[in-house]
Amino acid sequence: MASVMEMPKLSDTMKEGAIARWLKKEGEKVQVGLPIVEIETDKATMEYEAPSGGVLLKILIGDNQNCGLGDPIAVIGKEGENWQEALDKHKDKKGSSPAAKGAAPKGASPKAATTASAQPSKSSDSQAQKSAPETSDSQTNDRLKASPLAKKVAADKGINLGSIQGSGPNGRIVIRDLENVSASSSSSSRSVSGVDTEKIPLSMMRKTIARRLTESVTQAPHFYLTVSANLGPALKWRKNVMEVVGEENKFSVNDLMIYFVAQALRKHPVVNSSWQEDHILQHNRIHMGVAVALPTGLITPVVRNADSLSVIQIAKKSRDLIKLARDGKLQPDDYSGGTFTISNLGMQGVEEFTAIINPPQAAILAVGATIPTPVVGPRGDVIVENKIKLTLSCDHRVIDGASGAEFLKTLKSIIEEPLNLMLI
Amino acid sequence: MATVSLREALKQAMTEEMERDPTVFLMGEEVAQYNGAYKVSKGMLEKFGPMRVVDSPISEAGFCGLGVGAAMTGLRPIIEMMTWNFAVQAFDQIINHAAKMLYMSGGQFKVPMVIRGPHGAAHMLGAQHSQCFDHMLANVPGLKIVSTVIPSDAKGLLKSAIRDDNPVLFLESELLYGNEGEIPDGEYTIPLGVGDIKREGKDVTVVAWNKMTYLALDVAEQLAAEGIECEIIDPRTLMPLDENMIFDSVRKTKRLVILEEGWGVSTFGQHICDRVVTECFDDLDAPPARVTNHFVPMPYNEALEHEVLPTKERAVDAIKKVLYKD
Repeated sequence: MASVMEMPKLSDTMKEGAIARWLKKEGEKVQVGLPIVEIETDKATMEYEAPSGGVLLKILIGDNQNCGLGDPIAVIGKEGENWQEALDKHKDKKGSSPAAKGAAPKGASPKAATTASAQPSKSSDSQAQKSAPETSDSQTNDRLKASPLAKKVAADKGINLGSIQGSGPNGRIVIRDLENVSASSSSSSRSVSGVDTEKIPLSMMRKTIARRLTESVTQAPHFYLTVSANLGPALKWRKNVMEVVGEENKFSVNDLMIYFVAQALRKHPVVNSSWQEDHILQHNRIHMGVAVALPTGLITPVVRNADSLSVIQIAKKSRDLIKLARDGKLQPDDYSGGTFTISNLGMQGVEEFTAIINPPQAAILAVGATIPTPVVGPRGDVIVENKIKLTLSCDHRVIDGASGAEFLKTLKSIIEEPLNLMLI
Repeated sequence: MATVSLREALKQAMTEEMERDPTVFLMGEEVAQYNGAYKVSKGMLEKFGPMRVVDSPISEAGFCGLGVGAAMTGLRPIIEMMTWNFAVQAFDQIINHAAKMLYMSGGQFKVPMVIRGPHGAAHMLGAQHSQCFDHMLANVPGLKIVSTVIPSDAKGLLKSAIRDDNPVLFLESELLYGNEGEIPDGEYTIPLGVGDIKREGKDVTVVAWNKMTYLALDVAEQLAAEGIECEIIDPRTLMPLDENMIFDSVRKTKRLVILEEGWGVSTFGQHICDRVVTECFDDLDAPPARVTNHFVPMPYNEALEHEVLPTKERAVDAIKKVLYKD
């Protein structure tokens, strides 16, 4: 009897899965232990091995389709075996009808249940429907209805009728519906064309970001502290060092920041903690999350024990992690367990910003761009310093203003005078 | 400008033309000694004598056919039908002879006759005496059709009709023979095939003729108070139709409502709609609307008759509908 392969739960936070891509085709031989499919979780895309050997008889959930955890995704068996029989038997055993399959992990929150159960109706319909955006005609199923006059005037004035709400019978667009529109568009020679809106389907990553950061911002009382530090001396030092250490040992300003922050955290463990409802968990190890922007969203791989690494080691580690992140190959171990996060938008020219804390951490540091800034020097003259703005977001359940301020004070002193590291 | 009744205007037209042209004569039931069933020809027997104002037997087919023959042989008859409802008896003469003689004789016989009389509903005349014939007869090539109840229009148009070498059907209304209006002094004619803008407006084109012209003017007054300006086009001549006047108006107002007496199906108003939709398609903001009789034989009962004919309420509703002001 053939066996049914189910969507596996690949991480603690995974609530549903999507097939990124099948590595084998129907009819091909598959072996236990060898990858058969790429599954997209809420964090990354991972290869998954065939749970049993034989022939991939039937693919139930195709490329780019998603389904709930535990849903049948394929049937593997001996060549010629009846996959439908195996599937039916499997479903009977599970004791639920295909359409109603919830498959949410036991004890999941109500939110999780709705997410998972919303999927099965789509998954058990094994039409190979990409969850593509709806058709580009914004009046989708209905024909556009407009009076001949309205059509003529719209064409003359370059008004997109698809964007107008018709007030005539059956939604017919009539001339009075164009009256206000023509005023604004008549002067431009560019005509409005194409659709006004497009529906973009949610990737797992986007769903996860939405969920986790909404939780964070609504549950953790955030407050924000900003300091401006003179990065000049550190930059000067870095420039000299880079000429000496060689290409493979190079490190970026961000790597430098990771180093400084990791060291500063050693002195301020309260900022390296987590709210745990009935206690605060203070972490004695410093695992630095580094925010990496991806085309599809954002992920924070973790540099473990960042306080025990040199800046060169930090650079190597973060380069590796960024590459893995961009290739979608981060493993759960790579992005879980962080105790503090740094997010740097300096490269994008952002001078200052406030980041949202990554739960269950208690703080996150937002690093801005280095801006040459005129300041009044010790002798009353105007000099230019390379200033960098750092904004610390704190969870007030764990960190009070004074603690956050102390941390930033330490951090600033290290940045401006790296030799102060010797005091930590 | 003198103020005269419709009947007076018609009489003036006939009298002037009979004075001008000795080949013109009037024939019909009661036109001579009785001075006309509706007194349109009052005093004309006295003025012109029995050879030119001729009482006919009660035989529409007969005296209409006589008229066709007289017209073919050089005279210019005015055949009066006591009511166009009776003219149904003469349809063979009108449709198969008067209309087609010029064509079928290869141009040898023209039929310069006018057939005139009251048309449409009057007051409690019942089903058989309230019929409208503009719709049916417009469908016959070879006939010209004029339909008017405005004294100044009637006089000028009847004179032109009499002078026209084609058979012209002249549709009046017994209800409105007493209707008074100003007419220009002196000699004047109005050419056939030219319409008249009875009221200017920018919001909707209302086409109405014969009795409906007055309904249109009434409705326009009422709606003007609500800020709706109706443009009323009275085509006056139905065949040939002054299309361009209607098209120009619709291109201005973007909307068309037709008030027509008649039973809705196969009507002249539908022909106007067809022409407008074809020629003014891109200018229409709403489909054209027509207000017609309810599709039942005309009741004898006064209240029911009023309701069957196009009412002010239905006209107002139709106008508001094309303005999307329900």
